[in-house]
Amino acid sequence: MTTPITYHTIDGRNAGTWVVLIGFILLSALGGLAALYMEHNGHWVTGMTNHVVWGLPHVFALFLIVSSTGALNVASIGSVFEKAPYRPFGRLSGLTALALQAGGLAILVLDLGRSDRMVTFVTYYNFSSIFSMNVILYSGFFGFVIFYLWTMMDQRMGHMYRPAALFAFIWRLILTTGSGSIFGFMISRSAYHSTLVAPMFIALSMSFGVAMYCLVMLWLNASTGRRYPSPELLRRLRILLAILVGVSLYMVLVHHVTNLYVAERRDVERFLLVDSGIYAPLLWIGFGLLGSLIPIFLVLSPAGSIGSAKATLGLASALVVLGGNCFMYVFIVGGEAFPLELFPGKILSSAAGDGAIASYVPSLPEIVLAIGGYGVAGLLLVVGLWAFPMLPSSFAAAEQKAEAEAKVRATAAH
Amino acid sequence: MSESCDVSRRGLLGAVAAFGAVSLAPGVMLYARSADEPVSAKVRWGMLVDTTQCDKDCDACVEACNTEFGLVSHGRPDSDPQWIRKLTVTDPSTGRSQSFPVMCQHCAHPPCVDVCPTGASFKRADGIVLINRHICVGCRYCEMACPYMARNFVHENLTDQKPYAPRGKGTSEACTMCVHRVDAGGTPACVEACSKSGRVAMLFGDLNDPNSEISKRVRSVNTTQIRSDLRTDPGVRYQGL
Repeated sequence: MTTPITYHTIDGRNAGTWVVLIGFILLSALGGLAALYMEHNGHWVTGMTNHVVWGLPHVFALFLIVSSTGALNVASIGSVFEKAPYRPFGRLSGLTALALQAGGLAILVLDLGRSDRMVTFVTYYNFSSIFSMNVILYSGFFGFVIFYLWTMMDQRMGHMYRPAALFAFIWRLILTTGSGSIFGFMISRSAYHSTLVAPMFIALSMSFGVAMYCLVMLWLNASTGRRYPSPELLRRLRILLAILVGVSLYMVLVHHVTNLYVAERRDVERFLLVDSGIYAPLLWIGFGLLGSLIPIFLVLSPAGSIGSAKATLGLASALVVLGGNCFMYVFIVGGEAFPLELFPGKILSSAAGDGAIASYVPSLPEIVLAIGGYGVAGLLLVVGLWAFPMLPSSFAAAEQKAEAEAKVRATAAH
Repeated sequence: MSESCDVSRRGLLGAVAAFGAVSLAPGVMLYARSADEPVSAKVRWGMLVDTTQCDKDCDACVEACNTEFGLVSHGRPDSDPQWIRKLTVTDPSTGRSQSFPVMCQHCAHPPCVDVCPTGASFKRADGIVLINRHICVGCRYCEMACPYMARNFVHENLTDQKPYAPRGKGTSEACTMCVHRVDAGGTPACVEACSKSGRVAMLFGDLNDPNSEISKRVRSVNTTQIRSDLRTDPGVRYQGL
């Protein structure tokens, strides 16, 4: 006989919780003020131009949106793929996914030239636009994940748990495909236009999302004094992160090698991989070394050989997040900095900057806005943890129950 | 009161239409469309730029566009509005260099229209690609998607706007092919300025009318479209490239 899983909220009377909460409120408020400043003065106060149209806010926003879908992995592995050690942490996974998605979308919306017209996204609709499709996908993601959380938290909805998990999992794959296709469908820029971008984004979302989830879980471990994650989940998360980071690295490698094989794309690849001032180091060192190889080494090293298993998982996750943002910067800004090729193979020049590598230096307001997105995500996460019982009180008991249920299902299946 | 104004405006436009053809430039005959008359797909407005006639030191077309729409520089060329620009193209293998204007290419299959989430970017039946500034949210996806770098984002506060071409801070904008002039039976300001400069490197007209000057020219001389490999079918063609 196993003990029922019980969940608890974070302690609202804890001073640490208040400090974190106020910190996230301040970050969010500063982000909002930065957006107001940009809206009032016009976007010339940012580093973004008619060449680098999307800048640092979009880098952070896309990272958060992409990692949001990956943060749902833990819940999906526990439910769709029936891996018992993950199940007690499914609620936290769903909440983290929602918070990250909201943070990313907040940045995107506040960076619009006319944020006040946000309702236009709903009242006017262009079905040929992948951007429009993403609006549906974002909304659907919130709907599916909230419903999924409901089935996890309400015993009466237990019969819908599996279908909800399956739909949320499928939807997150479609959503990330949509996010990648915003770039992959773009015929104008040779750095983006590729069918590989969507699957590459799915791979990246997996590693970025699991890394973000691990950071959240380890932060709760430190702040609540509870031993998250469970030893078994810790072991599995280390292996999972290594595999997902490896797959992401592979997809990025294939993307660039494919482009290198196409003669007309060699110039942009040379720019991104070799010649560019900041982009090549960010890609090779930031994403490749710090964000991929070192994290894989850290989590695959025998537990305790470098540091505690949790510490190495935390460090590896932080490096994956850092590398992920480096990748997004190179992918988005680097792709724009390379000039449009109106006449491929010819040398172009004009007063508008044709043929020249575009420069981009993010200004303070857009940096603050971009960080504000993390503030919004953190704020929603803390409020969610405060308002709803998301954290398993006893993961050991929870694991026993989940394993028992899995055995019953397996026996029934045979 | 407003009704009488409207009637008189319609009357004026109708009178222009009734007079029929208006001679606008050597060899170019256009027809004014009354305000009640819908835009027709029977027409496809287009331009032909003869690069052999374009002087690299002349920027009459650029000046005319800036004057027509009140586009002013803030000393920030990367974010200043540049609806039309003089592009210099050099072949590195031969050293041959050419200079000619590039603006919105008014594609038959415009990527900017495909990607716009709200439908603010649209193509009129007569081929002119425009932006409805009332529903543009300023996402700049059209700027990203345009292969011709034709779209601009309004980065600055605006003053002294032209009543026939309102602009909006925080929205995208581009060459309108001087739709306000075209609908009144005129030619785009850049074409007019080029003609006045004596070079006549730009020709405007109806590509669907087999008897128009532009149609005759594109039938008789070799012309190309920029990035024709993308199959966007621009309405602006270039001769001598």
